Amino acid sequence: MREPVHLIHKYLRSSKKFPHIWCAGCGIGIFMNALIRIIDGLDYNKDDIVLVSGIGCSGRLPVYVDFNTLHTTHGRALTFATGIKLANPHLKVITVMGDGDAIAIGGNHLIHAARRNVDITTFVINNQIYGMTGGQSSPATPYQSVTISSPYGNPEPDFDISRVVEAAGAAFVGRATVYHTRLLDRLIGKALKKKGFSMVEIVAQCVVFGGRRLGLSSAVEMMKWQRDNSIAVEKAEGLSESELKDKIIIGVLADKDKPTYHEEYERFIREKLKI
Amino acid sequence: MEKPVLLQGNEACARGALMAGCRFYAGYPITPATEIMEVMARDLPKVGGVFIQMEDEIASLGAVIGASLAGVKSMTATSGPGFSLMQEHIGFACMAEVPCVIVDVMRAGPSTGLPTQPAQGDVMQARWGTHGGHPIIALAPSSVYEFFELTVQAFNLSERYRTPVIVLVDEMVAHLREGVVIPEEGIKIEERPKPTVPPEWYIPYSDPGTGVPPMPAFGQGYRYNVTGLYHDVRGYPTTRKDEIDPLIRRLFSKISRDFDRLQWFDSLYAEDASVMVIAYGCVARAALRAVKEARKKGLFVGLIKLKVLWPFMRRTVTKFLESSQKVLVPEMNMGQISREVKRVNQGRTEVVTLNKVDGTVITPQEILSKLEEMFP
Repeated sequence: MREPVHLIHKYLRSSKKFPHIWCAGCGIGIFMNALIRIIDGLDYNKDDIVLVSGIGCSGRLPVYVDFNTLHTTHGRALTFATGIKLANPHLKVITVMGDGDAIAIGGNHLIHAARRNVDITTFVINNQIYGMTGGQSSPATPYQSVTISSPYGNPEPDFDISRVVEAAGAAFVGRATVYHTRLLDRLIGKALKKKGFSMVEIVAQCVVFGGRRLGLSSAVEMMKWQRDNSIAVEKAEGLSESELKDKIIIGVLADKDKPTYHEEYERFIREKLKI
Repeated sequence: MEKPVLLQGNEACARGALMAGCRFYAGYPITPATEIMEVMARDLPKVGGVFIQMEDEIASLGAVIGASLAGVKSMTATSGPGFSLMQEHIGFACMAEVPCVIVDVMRAGPSTGLPTQPAQGDVMQARWGTHGGHPIIALAPSSVYEFFELTVQAFNLSERYRTPVIVLVDEMVAHLREGVVIPEEGIKIEERPKPTVPPEWYIPYSDPGTGVPPMPAFGQGYRYNVTGLYHDVRGYPTTRKDEIDPLIRRLFSKISRDFDRLQWFDSLYAEDASVMVIAYGCVARAALRAVKEARKKGLFVGLIKLKVLWPFMRRTVTKFLESSQKVLVPEMNMGQISREVKRVNQGRTEVVTLNKVDGTVITPQEILSKLEEMFP
């Protein structure tokens, strides 16, 4: 592994004024660190990487890194990413979204990108809350949680983001927490190398608003919470629903080989138009 | 001389897009714009382009902007309800300066309205639909050939100014079939300005003097940031007032400095007319007939057909307002371009409106009757 100083100089934009916008202890930085580390190990050309984000705390990530970067509208990162990938299939297209971004306002785009199996790698940083706007509940916020927009408890059940994306047809789905950094590294690498639509859900802490919801006051406490509430997918097999209640199932959740949207499109055209 | 072909307006639009170099189309089915998608789905792959049907109109314009950032001329087409959904990304394309073309085949609204019947109700939405003050270009064809020609020009303008361009057409022109001669050459095709400096010297949003910064494609080595936030010249988000103000003023001035080049209109009997008709789209066709009939009756009537709706052609319209005693603005809405005419008129002359909003076209007879009323 390369020295962090080397990675900083190679991948963070020197022309961009730091510090970044994230709060101390935020999980997004841990993910960004892992992403850079893995991309460096895969020897991509920076010119070929397009990093696309939506709106929210995670949406600011592309600004800091030295790729082709695109900060789009709320929930729509995958629509832009689809256009980029189809216009130039040579590019490595990566999207980063938050939970509200990906499955509330962007839910339709997420399931259809997965269904089409467009060759895009997506990272959904799930902190189970809207952080940037001050701690409202998202579709990933657990039932009964007290948030700014559910002061008497959240009456809605939460989405299992990974299962939704798997059911929609993604080629690869994995889940890790930012506590499990080695698993996170492994899943990021697998997702980037996977042909087709790949997604990693990253359970991360929003120290300020998520911590308040859980009654935890520091990043360390929240990461311990991640550790104590996670269970490897292999161990989860065979356990009952009640045994898995409130558990974060981590690991590779789906890994399938299937033709991508672009491959199918090209194949049909070659066959029908003989070109 | 090429042979004339019988084409539907929507088909002619697709032909124009292909001639302009469009190689990416993303769209969502909607009446009465669907035939544009139909032709693009069939013909784009034959020229090496890509077609995709997206999950909605928001996604369609998102994909179009993405493809354009990857260096490919791109478009979408829709009608009222879809146009409403696209407003979010029209604003993004304005702010991030991404060339793209949006065709809006106007049907009667509001809401689902009358999906199969014509109207001109989206004129103001084309101008102000997306939030925040922004410049916009919108073109209005009134024949099948013009739909072809103005689609080509929409691409040219969007590339020249790095801005979304809207083609506002009504259902009647979109579904009209006319014999047209599609020229095989002679139409100038423009490309977006490209950087001539090496990547390390490239400053993505600095004004080269034209107001339009050069734009590389993703993947060409110029790794830069694109955002819908207010950004500095390097493309990074900013809240500094000394960076915000110059950006929004440049977005406006890159188009406003060229107002003289965007006065596209046809006129008839304008020299000696005491009453001028100002019309666009299918209404201009009825107006042409009405003006000819009025002349036969000895009425000094003229016609200006607007081909550019936005930016509003103040210079052209003012000239005709000064030379005539009255103007008539017939429209298939409750008065959208007539508001603009009244705005630039500033009380010079009498502005009469004729508004039809029953889902049918304005007939020559209706315009003629109104003209006759205007001559005491």
